[in-house]
Amino acid sequence: MDDIDKRIINTLQDGFPICDAPYRQVAEQLGLTENDLIARLQALLNNGTLTRFGPLYNAEQMGGALTLAAIKAPAEHFDEIADIVNSFPEVAHNYARNHELSMWFVIATETQEQAQQTIDAIEHQTGQTVYNMPKKKEYFVNLKLEA
Amino acid sequence: MLDDIDRKIIQATQAGLPLTPQPYQAVAEQLGLSADEVMQRLSAMQQSAIIRRIGAVPNHYKLGYRYNGMTVWNIADEIIDEIGQQVGQLEFVSHCYHRPRHLPEWPYNLFAMVHGKSQQEVDSQIQQIKDLLGDKNLGSDVLYSTRILKKTGFRSGGPSTAQNDS
Repeated sequence: MDDIDKRIINTLQDGFPICDAPYRQVAEQLGLTENDLIARLQALLNNGTLTRFGPLYNAEQMGGALTLAAIKAPAEHFDEIADIVNSFPEVAHNYARNHELSMWFVIATETQEQAQQTIDAIEHQTGQTVYNMPKKKEYFVNLKLEA
Repeated sequence: MLDDIDRKIIQATQAGLPLTPQPYQAVAEQLGLSADEVMQRLSAMQQSAIIRRIGAVPNHYKLGYRYNGMTVWNIADEIIDEIGQQVGQLEFVSHCYHRPRHLPEWPYNLFAMVHGKSQQEVDSQIQQIKDLLGDKNLGSDVLYSTRILKKTGFRSGGPSTAQNDS
C-alpha cells in the first residue's frame, strides 16, 4: 500500500458519486487516470485491504432483523458451545471476548420472530442463557479509518 | 417502501459495484433496466437511508487498527439519547448503540466500538469518553475480542450490511 492507495482509501470512505462515469470523476480529483484507479481498487480488494466497495445497505431499513446476543460460555465447554452457535446459518459473526459473557454473536434474520426462534433453539441446544441485546437506537457515527 | 426493482438492484450490488468505467450502466444491463433508472433508485435509497453510503470499507486490521474495543456504559435512560449522540460523534467510534440492560449482571445500555493502532491509543480514547461523560457515567467496562469464532457475509436475499460489530 503506497501513498496513492492511502489517498484512494481515505477518499472513498467519504462516498462515491452516482453518475455515468464515477471512477473517472474520482480519478480526476485524485490526479489519476480512470484505469489506474480501477486497477488499484481491484488490487486493494484482492489483497483484502478493502473488504467491500459499493453501496452499504442498512439491514433494518430493508425489513431484516439484526441482533447482538451473548452467552456466558464456561471455558471447559467453550468450543462445543461455539460449534453449536456457529452451526446456525442465522449467526453471521461470533467473537470470543474477555468477559464472563464470553461469546458474542450477531444474528441476522429476515424477521424478528426468526431471530427469537434462533435464540430459543440456541438456548435449547447449549443449555445456556442467551442474553439478547437488540439495538433500541443507533446513533449517527462518522468514523473514517485513516489509511 | 422498496419494490421488486429496488430489491433486484440491492441483490445485484450488495456484494459490490462493478469495477468498470460505467458501473451503474453495467448493473442496469444485467437487470434489463436503464442506467438512469438504476442511478435514480440508488439516489432515492441513499436519501431514505436504506443505503448508508456508497464507498469503500477497509479491513481494520490491514490498516493497522488491531486494537478494537467494545466499550459499554451505564447511562440513565432519560439522557441516553443525548449522550449516545455525543459519543457517536467522536471520530474513533465506529458503532454506537442503545441496547437493553440485563440486570443485575449486565447494567450497561450504551455500546460504542473504538479502534486504535495500539493499546495506548485505545486507552486514551476510552479516557476521552470518560472525560466527556463525567458523572453521567454510572459504570463502564471494555471487552476485547480474543478470537474470531465465525465471520461470514450475510446470506443473499436476507439482510445485508457491512456495518457490524467487529
